[in-house]
Amino acid sequence: MSILVNNDTRLIVQGITGSEGSFHTAQMVEYGTHVVAGVTPGKGGQKGPNDVPVFNTVEAAKDNTGANAAVIFVPPSFAADAIIEAIAAELDVVVCITEGIPTFDMVRVKAALDQSSTRLIGPNCPGVITPGQCKIGIMPGFIHMPGRIGVISRSGTLTYEAVFQLTELNIGQSTCIGVGGDPIIGSTFLDLLKLFANDSGTDAVVLIGEIGGTAEEEAAAWIQKTGFKKPVVAFVAGRTAPPGRRMGHAGAIISGGQGTAQSKMEALQAAGIHVCDSPARIGETVKRAIA
Amino acid sequence: MKVHEYQGKAIFSDFGVPIPEGYPAFSVDEAEEVAQKIGGRVVVKAQIHAGGRGKGGGVKLADSSEDVRQIAGEILGMRLVTHQTGPDGKEVQRLLIEKAMPIARELYAGIVLDRTSGRYVMMVSTEGGVEIEKVAAETPELIVKEWIDPGLGLQPYQTRKLAYALQFEGAQVKQGVRCLQALWQAFEANDCSLIEINPLVVTEDDQVLALDAKVNFDDNALYRQPDLAGLRDLSEEDPQEVEASKYSLNYIKLSGNVGCMVNGAGLAMATMDIIKLHGGEPANFLDVGGVASSETVANGFRILLGDTNVKGVLINIFGGIVRCDRIAQGIVDGLKEVKVSMPVVVRMEGTNASEARQLLEDSPLEFLVAQTLEEAARTAVNVVSEVSIVGEAGRT
Repeated sequence: MSILVNNDTRLIVQGITGSEGSFHTAQMVEYGTHVVAGVTPGKGGQKGPNDVPVFNTVEAAKDNTGANAAVIFVPPSFAADAIIEAIAAELDVVVCITEGIPTFDMVRVKAALDQSSTRLIGPNCPGVITPGQCKIGIMPGFIHMPGRIGVISRSGTLTYEAVFQLTELNIGQSTCIGVGGDPIIGSTFLDLLKLFANDSGTDAVVLIGEIGGTAEEEAAAWIQKTGFKKPVVAFVAGRTAPPGRRMGHAGAIISGGQGTAQSKMEALQAAGIHVCDSPARIGETVKRAIA
Repeated sequence: MKVHEYQGKAIFSDFGVPIPEGYPAFSVDEAEEVAQKIGGRVVVKAQIHAGGRGKGGGVKLADSSEDVRQIAGEILGMRLVTHQTGPDGKEVQRLLIEKAMPIARELYAGIVLDRTSGRYVMMVSTEGGVEIEKVAAETPELIVKEWIDPGLGLQPYQTRKLAYALQFEGAQVKQGVRCLQALWQAFEANDCSLIEINPLVVTEDDQVLALDAKVNFDDNALYRQPDLAGLRDLSEEDPQEVEASKYSLNYIKLSGNVGCMVNGAGLAMATMDIIKLHGGEPANFLDVGGVASSETVANGFRILLGDTNVKGVLINIFGGIVRCDRIAQGIVDGLKEVKVSMPVVVRMEGTNASEARQLLEDSPLEFLVAQTLEEAARTAVNVVSEVSIVGEAGRT
């Protein structure tokens, strides 16, 4: 078991003929993901990388292939439109890798998303992987191992770091999701915790947060309120980050005294979550938590 | 991106947000000239990218031309220290000379993104002229909010509601409604990320005016706002950060002495944190992105070495699809271009990490190769403290 994606996922790559899109299509196919279609407006009818058929629209791609998910490798100025197109085609899961989408565009995407049953992951994220079954995104597949730990993170390489630590300790993962580093994202810690709560294939969850916003506090409050049964291990990056500065990710900023690592760690601790001080100890903390 | 108050007010004026008559001045002569043009009592306001300028002595009233000359002379060139500038303050290079207004009431109005709902929110408060964070913490009921539906935009009933919350009376109501509507138009048309007017004032003769303007723009949208590029004041930014942005490197200077170079923003923050956890102080945040070619590594070192506080460098790379051995080659080649005479600790993990470590150990350059993140942080902190001790001894 897993959440969001598995062996049955049939994927469309939006922006499949671009350099990122074609490179990562090959990588995903190699991992075993069923990439059934690509979309590049104006290139419909052609063959993309790995002989994947290309369509002009997401709707045509879905109708012709029975796809149920999409991944977006489209430049920032066109990415919001690409997401809304995928929502309009009623795909179940849409993953947007693109970094640098204007916030005003994402406000409109969020409004469209709230009216639909599509689940958006990202933007500005590494993607989603259910190890051994389906990889949608840009993460290195080989560091993952099938298993029973869910991972939700706002980061890219820091997620790989955490997953690597788990795999080194022979602790496999059910599904790993990078939710993205932007101020407005499709799915939050809370949205995904709810899915993991109902997933019989997940025994414990790792949350990797960072400064900015209140997503960690909201997850902590929900865990406390509902008495979430599965052990949760968390790390929050940015204890040494100065206030008022954007730390790489558009959403990683302490503003008006809000969104500090301290406040997040306190909220998580108060909810009974195992909070790691050191990013080097995420794996061993999980090992202890599930022992 | 941040801009100065006078630049924010020019945008306000374009959209019909009422402001007092005022002009920027870059010299004492210019200050006197525009003050005469305005006539009567004026306010001389230091223009730096930070709040709290009044308390720091950067905002003063002037009644005569002599006053203007004297005050402008004092403020121009001073290092203005406020709660937002840090202890070193910022040098004042520009002034705003503005007509002094008789203030009856000081209010607050602002627009920010509410990340939880994914909508912009307009906020007003009768408690203007003080730090709004303080009002939010102590008396949150005095802040009134209206969320803006992205499909509908800010509706007239919402601005009326906010205007009544600000306790406008008589002719002020209509002005206030128009002002708030114009504020949203300015925000939307310019891809702003934040606007604050603190204070928004009612004058003794019933005018509603924006006495201050804090306007920030969404960096991700600058590509479609070509007019805004000219408003950037590079002298307000750290010179190394400006240099780093030329190489598309994400660099933020901090006050410690352990330089770090990392791929990925989250891992870069975590690396700073673990340096601190081991008793060191990080000198910077530096995300070199996923590729880390010899060029980015060389440029990264140029930036790091521009900070004379740096006594040693920790490179932390998690190699994913871009293999570690390729990145290691980039580090070796990059260090041939830039001469580094301080200890460099390298930690690589991920794809082909052991080949990468071998490559670094075989290179004629002296790297301290660490296996784990913890070992890397400990080693970096230790070597930097040794370098510092040796440095101290050398001076005595």
